[in-house]
Amino acid sequence: MNTLEKQKSKIEATVESSIETIDGDIATLNLGPTHPSTHGIFQNVLKVDGEKILSSVQTVGYIHRAFEKIAERRPYSQITPLTDRLNYCSSPINNLGWYMTVEKLIGAEMPKRVDYMRVIIMELARIADHLVCNSVIGVDAGALTGFTYLFQQREKIYELFEEVCGARLTTNLGRIGGFERDFSPEFHRKLKDFLKDFPKVFNEFDKLLSRNRIFMDRTIGAGAISAERALQYSFVGPNLRAAGVDYDVRVLNPYASYEDFDFIIPVGTQGDTYDRFQVRQEEIRQSLRIIEQAFNNLPEGDYKADIPEFFLPPKEEVYNNMEALIYHFKIVMGETPIPVGEVYHSVEGGNGELGYYLISDGGRSPYRLQFRRPCFIYYQAYPEMITGQSISDAVLTLSSMNVIAGELDA
Amino acid sequence: MQSKLSNTAVSDALKAKFGAAILTSDTPYDFLTIEVEPSAMHAVISWLKKEESLDISFLTNIGGVHYPEQTDREFAIVYHLQSMSNNFRMRLKAYVSLENPEIDSIVDIYAGANWMERETFDFYGILFKGHPNLIRILNEDSMDYHPMRKEYHLEDATREDKDDRFFGR
Repeated sequence: MNTLEKQKSKIEATVESSIETIDGDIATLNLGPTHPSTHGIFQNVLKVDGEKILSSVQTVGYIHRAFEKIAERRPYSQITPLTDRLNYCSSPINNLGWYMTVEKLIGAEMPKRVDYMRVIIMELARIADHLVCNSVIGVDAGALTGFTYLFQQREKIYELFEEVCGARLTTNLGRIGGFERDFSPEFHRKLKDFLKDFPKVFNEFDKLLSRNRIFMDRTIGAGAISAERALQYSFVGPNLRAAGVDYDVRVLNPYASYEDFDFIIPVGTQGDTYDRFQVRQEEIRQSLRIIEQAFNNLPEGDYKADIPEFFLPPKEEVYNNMEALIYHFKIVMGETPIPVGEVYHSVEGGNGELGYYLISDGGRSPYRLQFRRPCFIYYQAYPEMITGQSISDAVLTLSSMNVIAGELDA
Repeated sequence: MQSKLSNTAVSDALKAKFGAAILTSDTPYDFLTIEVEPSAMHAVISWLKKEESLDISFLTNIGGVHYPEQTDREFAIVYHLQSMSNNFRMRLKAYVSLENPEIDSIVDIYAGANWMERETFDFYGILFKGHPNLIRILNEDSMDYHPMRKEYHLEDATREDKDDRFFGR
């Protein structure tokens, strides 16, 4: 072997070994805490071999605000603003779920009209929640258009909330015992417009992505989970239904007269990103059906229940009527007697079963209030779902699970 | 939708199977609540999941409650379980003491219990034996106390500018 050949084989050996180190080298990648694709503050430390994810370690709690602790110092009516900030994409569902929990504890019956009004608000909130989630899946797959187009419609929903309660994002909508006022004529007009305009825009969005070859290639098989594993991880809501389990609190444990409405529960088969997307798309259509039914059959009656010890009297009565003044004082000072007991109530939130476990010792604040936050519970399955997938699929999986940092960290 | 199981049927089945380990049974607001001996909790949850006639195989929630006045029963660990096929919900409780706040982890039965138990540990300091990774989850790692315990007041206890006596507090 001459010198030249020696040199050549040496170079080849070096090149070969360097290729080996590139391929065999496992890199650590920080996905988050602040990263555009996480839609909130949470960190994933990934071990990656090239593009392939080998393992993931999650860190959560970046925006923990101790809501359960704060709730132990507050009168019941002042806990609603805390629930706003759980899943802030669909605050009204959290608000109304909390009122229903308290109403269960005090044994208050709502008039039919309140139930129907609540159903309209909750289904609008569900549409807003799913619109954000699905349009963001599009963004993460590279299609920004649908997002900007749909957000105009979400704006319409926020205008409707504004019409009911004056706020848009953190709504604090309604009261224990009903609503603070009836739906205004302006609300009726805006809702009619929304029901007329929205399906057209929504169908265009659906056409953009649903059967889009590129979108399907990106999402089918990405971040799949089987029904067995999903149940093991206590999945609920659209994520569980995408895996093929038809569990919906609205059907199994109806609240707010959901049993009066005709709607179907869409289910997927694969539990992957595409199925989660499709389940949410269909749920938006079903929500529209529910809103139409509730709006067209809105019963006559009062917008509030007859529970003066919990529902603030009108101001003019407070100034002129002894009883109203006493109730007003007691409610504002948090001196209304509350029964001793413990209740668990759950509603179908944007992400599935949102539960409230409330223990009352008769005091002005709950003795213990726990929120069953669906995000917190199902997000722990994320490492299992992305192991073996590429980083870009992990991003899509995260957005399709609709992990909301506020709900995750309480 | 009507539940296919009744509270009494489930509570009787549990009493027949576990006898003395089932301490009390109650139905506040028509919600079956059963107190179980802490040492038997793992076996009870495991049996409820395997027993086909009940099929209570979905873990809804785990939470802690602190009762500082109850000597030797300071902490309650509350499990909410449900059966989707029978549309039935129930609550299991176990009380543990402040000196020895220990209970068996159920991560081997429900993978989803992992974070729920970590959260309960984080806020109440309840130790779940056999948990694969029992560390804080929402609070900061260097925190040296468990903030949901009742001895930690939300407001500064030394404050003198607020007088709540007039309102019976």
